[in-house]
Amino acid sequence: MGEAGADGWGLGEPPETDMTSQHEELRGIKDRDEYDFRTEIDYAHKSRRGIGEDVVREISALKNEPQWMLDFRLKALDAFLDMPMPTWGVDLGTLDFEQFYYFMRATPTKQRSWDDVPAAIKDTFEKLGIPEAERKYLAGVETQMDSESVYSSLKAEWEAHGIIFVDMDSAVRDHSELVQAHISKAVPVRDNKFAALNSAFWSGGSFVYVPAGVNVEIPLQAYFRINAQSLGQFERTIIIAEEGSNVHYIEGCTAPQYTEAALHTGVIEIFVKKGAHARYTTIQNWSRNVYNLVTQRAIVDEDGLMEWVDGNLGSGVTMKYPAVVLRGPRARGEVLSIAFAGDDQHYDAGAKAIHLAPDTSSMITSKSISKGNGRSGFRGLVRVVHGAERAQSKVVCDALLLDRESRSDTYPYIDASEDNVRIEHEATVSKISEDQLFYLMSRGLSEAQASAIIINGFLEPFVKELPMEYAVELNRLVQLQMEGSVG
Amino acid sequence: MTLEIRDLHVTVEGKEILKGVSLVVERGVTHALMGPNGSGKSTLAYTLMGHPKYQITRGEILLDGASLLEMTPDQRARRGLFLAMQYPVAVSGVTLYSFLHAATSAVRGYGDRTPAAARGRLNAHLMPMREFRQELNERLAFLQIDPAFLQRYLNEGFSGGEKKRAEILQMALLKPKVAILDETDSGLDIDALRLVSEGINVLQKDLDMGLLVITHYQRILNYIYPDVVHVFYDGRIVKTGDAKLVDVLEEQGYEWVRQGLTAGD
Ligand SMILES: Nc1ncnc2c1ncn2[C@@H]1O[C@H](COP(=O)(O)OP(=O)(O)OP(=O)(O)O)[C@@H](O)[C@H]1O
Ligand SMILES: [Mg+2]
Repeated sequence: MGEAGADGWGLGEPPETDMTSQHEELRGIKDRDEYDFRTEIDYAHKSRRGIGEDVVREISALKNEPQWMLDFRLKALDAFLDMPMPTWGVDLGTLDFEQFYYFMRATPTKQRSWDDVPAAIKDTFEKLGIPEAERKYLAGVETQMDSESVYSSLKAEWEAHGIIFVDMDSAVRDHSELVQAHISKAVPVRDNKFAALNSAFWSGGSFVYVPAGVNVEIPLQAYFRINAQSLGQFERTIIIAEEGSNVHYIEGCTAPQYTEAALHTGVIEIFVKKGAHARYTTIQNWSRNVYNLVTQRAIVDEDGLMEWVDGNLGSGVTMKYPAVVLRGPRARGEVLSIAFAGDDQHYDAGAKAIHLAPDTSSMITSKSISKGNGRSGFRGLVRVVHGAERAQSKVVCDALLLDRESRSDTYPYIDASEDNVRIEHEATVSKISEDQLFYLMSRGLSEAQASAIIINGFLEPFVKELPMEYAVELNRLVQLQMEGSVG
Repeated sequence: MTLEIRDLHVTVEGKEILKGVSLVVERGVTHALMGPNGSGKSTLAYTLMGHPKYQITRGEILLDGASLLEMTPDQRARRGLFLAMQYPVAVSGVTLYSFLHAATSAVRGYGDRTPAAARGRLNAHLMPMREFRQELNERLAFLQIDPAFLQRYLNEGFSGGEKKRAEILQMALLKPKVAILDETDSGLDIDALRLVSEGINVLQKDLDMGLLVITHYQRILNYIYPDVVHVFYDGRIVKTGDAKLVDVLEEQGYEWVRQGLTAGD
């Protein structure tokens, strides 16, 4: 897919809005309750701070990578150094690439068995509530602690079906050809500056391969977590759903809070082959000092279906636009996203649907909540190329503002080179009404509880798409987000 | 438990609506409040429950001797006050079930009893589900509400009568000491009116509840027999009497009240 970097994040022309004047220091390190804690971990290895060829070579050497991967990284480094910063979206003025560490290894070797996982790390999982929510899946959990997987194991039955679910390092070693054939094929190295950065310094992430016709019944889960100060997290995930297969991959993350900013620039590439169905669910709750700049893109072949289910509650600034490239006839893509921008948070999120073939359809649903001085912007791009007849797209964008000073902006971009198409766009902005609050409070619910209930109601169309334990976690995060300021 | 209102003056957006209301509702006693459209009955009800839009400029509201004026609506609810609203509000995406569970738990103080270790857990502040479910089922049967309603979103798309029934269902679960029913009868068909009224009567007896029934019509008072009847007019109670007052009103309308007032001036 050669839709490369001329337009930066691939979202068309940068908007006219001058966002640099909106600059706000990432301040206010608030107590975020149980999600903000730190577990002391001995880092087996830590690169120097900052960027350089030496760091790239060091990472590659430590991972014992094949030559082609080192070459890939070095080329990407050149691209990164060469490319400009995005000048729109969020303010990245305070982002200093030299302040981060680009590689950290939490434990010297990968653990296959839960018993081997160090106590401090288990403790972290405990605090995150993972054992509660996911113990039953533990046998199949792919967990990333800092730059590398600490725990990775695969259910025997999956192996029996030929399913590959491993961390990316293992994949580069054990499934080199598959990785080489797919990496950067959905998100080119030069797609945007952060994709290039990720390509040069990536570490961790998951590799999923589902053979033709295989239905993966239990979702594959990964739990990401940044756990060291100034740690850049650059996970790289590739999911390949072969013809007629079905897979659901879930990634959730919470990060502790530090005073120095951390950087998260993941790249996720998904390939949905003919008649296959893939769903990628993520709930990110990075702490407020995290820059969250992620590129997610899926290429969908004929009769395939890709669904991005994307929840954003944390991080200070976020730029994220899950994309579906509908390459084959009748391919379908859905993006369902929520963003909750609290005080000092700025989201510039959205979605992108590229219709390249006839009878393709896309559905983009975005729900955003802004609280305090939080800002949440939505960019939705729908592009229909010539020949993609009868393409259909629907974009629905609902914003809920909790305070007078909170903001929400919508930027729809529609670019259709075909006449015979149907594109709908709906946008609403609403506020929590005094009457709703009063009604709920008159039934004994505190203001914080009442607001959380109204918000959960607003998010219901999203929440009902989540597996039970994630729905519970999301509700809880919303509650925490609300209790932060009310009462 | 007594609700006592003393010389209450209330303004909405700068306009005085309540002009000195005094009233005492004791436990176990039913008061009816009747008055023409726009006379301020709902304003009184909202003010008692603590709606932020209504400014109290003078007067006092006491529940068992404690002033409610500084209390938020949820604090009032936890102290045993309930308002069945004339126009219940819809909340999209929130099922009736989850709302009832949260409200019942809140009023019964489950949140306060949550041990520190469990705080932040989503369900820690909720009444145990099995126990709640059982009580809920009894109440649904009692008010003949189809359990399918529990999965609907709160008041969203409910018919007028369904909303009113859901209000009384809430009352049955929250078990207030004093309840204000603002035109609960409007929107109910004849059968529903009888059923809901009987439900209210049983609850009143069980809970020894004080009732302030706001209505325009005699028909609900045929089922819920008022001990005291007040006529409300232009932001004030202008007449108080026994149940016979209802018949007089029914026959002569509010013109009679107005003439009485002007004659008295
Ligand atoms: N929020 C408000 N803003 C402006 N005016 C208001 C507001 N609430 C009430 N009022 C006014 O106060 C007066 C009393 O209204 P209220 O709803 O209390 O009357 P009511 O006696 O309950 O009438 P009804 O029998 O029609 O229900 C009306 O003139 C109404 O327009
Ligand atoms: Mg009224």
